Amino acid sequence: MKRFRRIKTFFTDTVALMKQKQYKEIGNKFKRFFVGMKFTDGLLYKILIYGLLISLGYIYLYPILYMLTNSFMTMADIIDVSVKWIPSSLNWENYQLVWEAINYPVALKNAFILAIFPALSATVSSAIIGYGFARFNFPLKKLLFVLMIATFIIPPQITMLPTFRMYSKYELLGSLKAFIYPAILGQGLNGAIFILIFYQFFRMIPKSLEESAQLDGASHFQVFLKIAIPLAVPSIIIVFLFSFVWYYNETYLSGLFLRGSDLLTLPLRVDQYINNYTSIYPEGSRARELMQAVKLAGNVLTILPLLIIYFFTQKYFVESIDRTGITGE
Amino acid sequence: MKRFLNKVGGFFKKQLPRIAKKVKTFTVQNTPRELIFFRIIKFRKSNRGRQAMIGYSFILIWIIGFLIFSLYPVFYSLYLSLFKVRLDGADIQMTFEAFNNFKAAFVLDPYFVEILLSYILNTIVNVPVVIVFALIIAMLINQDIKGKGFWRTVFFLPVIISSGPIIGELIDQGATTLPSIEDYGFVNLILDNIGSFLATPIQNLLETILLVLWFSGIQILILLAGLQKIDRSIYEASMIDGASPWESFWKITLPSIMPLISVSVIYTVVSMSVFSLNEVIIYIRTIMLGESTIGTLITGYGYSAALAWIYFFVMVGIILLFIGLLNIKSLNLKNVREMRRRRRSRI
Repeated sequence: MKRFRRIKTFFTDTVALMKQKQYKEIGNKFKRFFVGMKFTDGLLYKILIYGLLISLGYIYLYPILYMLTNSFMTMADIIDVSVKWIPSSLNWENYQLVWEAINYPVALKNAFILAIFPALSATVSSAIIGYGFARFNFPLKKLLFVLMIATFIIPPQITMLPTFRMYSKYELLGSLKAFIYPAILGQGLNGAIFILIFYQFFRMIPKSLEESAQLDGASHFQVFLKIAIPLAVPSIIIVFLFSFVWYYNETYLSGLFLRGSDLLTLPLRVDQYINNYTSIYPEGSRARELMQAVKLAGNVLTILPLLIIYFFTQKYFVESIDRTGITGE
Repeated sequence: MKRFLNKVGGFFKKQLPRIAKKVKTFTVQNTPRELIFFRIIKFRKSNRGRQAMIGYSFILIWIIGFLIFSLYPVFYSLYLSLFKVRLDGADIQMTFEAFNNFKAAFVLDPYFVEILLSYILNTIVNVPVVIVFALIIAMLINQDIKGKGFWRTVFFLPVIISSGPIIGELIDQGATTLPSIEDYGFVNLILDNIGSFLATPIQNLLETILLVLWFSGIQILILLAGLQKIDRSIYEASMIDGASPWESFWKITLPSIMPLISVSVIYTVVSMSVFSLNEVIIYIRTIMLGESTIGTLITGYGYSAALAWIYFFVMVGIILLFIGLLNIKSLNLKNVREMRRRRRSRI
């Protein structure tokens, strides 16, 4: 409303000035309206900002929209060139097909189990480790810290074979333990990032808080449990969410360690089903083309739980960033 | 007899402190000033020593995990890369090959060098694009705009969704290319005017621009957090001194988030390199899982370990290259001269 009023006064003012034939004044007024006093408060700037936002937002949303709309298409729609964005009818068949084939509720339950337990153990362990790095001084601390960051840089391909052999020796393959054990010991998926997040956060807690608790007779472990942890709730939430999402989406390691077991991440399960399904039909046949839509429906079903979780926890994901030290300075 | 017994007794008397010393090696000693584990690890009972001990007990789980799940596999794979490894059911046959695996990667292997080169070029082109876009988006979100929450949600979406199979699906379906880019003859224009050496990565970039941009989710977060930490009053002061927004971007914003840009460069390179659809990764994996035959060297675990190590060093090289480029500015001549002068005056 305020902006409309400004536009209105702008027009009435210019008309008044035109009547008085003060053209120089009009020029100034135009300039102030479009460019503003310091450019950042003018109309042009606003147009520029929102234009950029909308075009970049389109780039980001494009694949999701593509996935959503195409998953509803029937075979006729996919072949028809004139149907590009909006399918001719809402067709739930694709979803039904995938839903039944992978037994979606059970698959989803398994995928959640597979993500929640490693994520929980990673959260607990990285909180403890992060606290140790942040609050205490000990010899070799810098070296250990650098090594911790180095574990993030080393590609999993290097360590994969020895880990694989180790797991098969101790019969960890095909069970949840293959993910939980490394997570408990702080070596889980992207473990270094989580330790860094907690490290940043715990460093920000003032020392005096700890000291006053110690004067009252608290030990270091009590300080950690009773003071540091309650303060770190936003970090805990963000670490858990990140860890959950990453474990949920994980395909590389789980494809290797969990091969042949009932526990499979949802992306892998959908992938498996699609591969089985496509291999029945010959290359280039009609049924294969239909598969495109089924595949996309499977993918939508895969990310739907994540989208729902994201929708509810969005606040934590994006607003607690400045409170938690994701920056890793 | 007595003499003999005396001798024996004397011998043991002499040995006793030594044995005691040896026994001490395996104990925990609690002297008034120190707490000694196995005679090697000593913690003074000062404040600092106690702090060190408690600090270690906090990170103990990490140290154990690091030894088991990171250090041991790293060394083991380095060891494997020197061998020709064949799996016969449960047991392994290994023949020592010294550095032949590494040599074979460059000499015998028909694909690896080509894939590696294209990976290097693509990464070098893509990383700056990701960083620049992440910076632009972070600065846009940091503005006073309407519907901040909505825009943040949109730009952070990729982190939630991007995962191997789904992105792979989208690539298959052609959903990662913006249709509008292909419709214009832009790509052809580039191909006609620049040599293919440079044009191919650029063409790749344009074709996978969505994919590339989807990598910038976390980087946006990192840079946004950095932008929010800059004190507003600095901008106000600079404005009073007559700085334009353009100038204050180069003189205030960029220098203050420079360390974060380095962080996000490292993050980008790493996440792109370990991304499960990366060509090199796929190649290493197929070699690792492929049956190893006796005759040829370029198959099997040993060879794939060697490839993974080469890949790792290339990756570190790229990271160092970018970090070096970012720091070039601060190393200009004036600073060097100043440093030298200071050092001389100290002496």
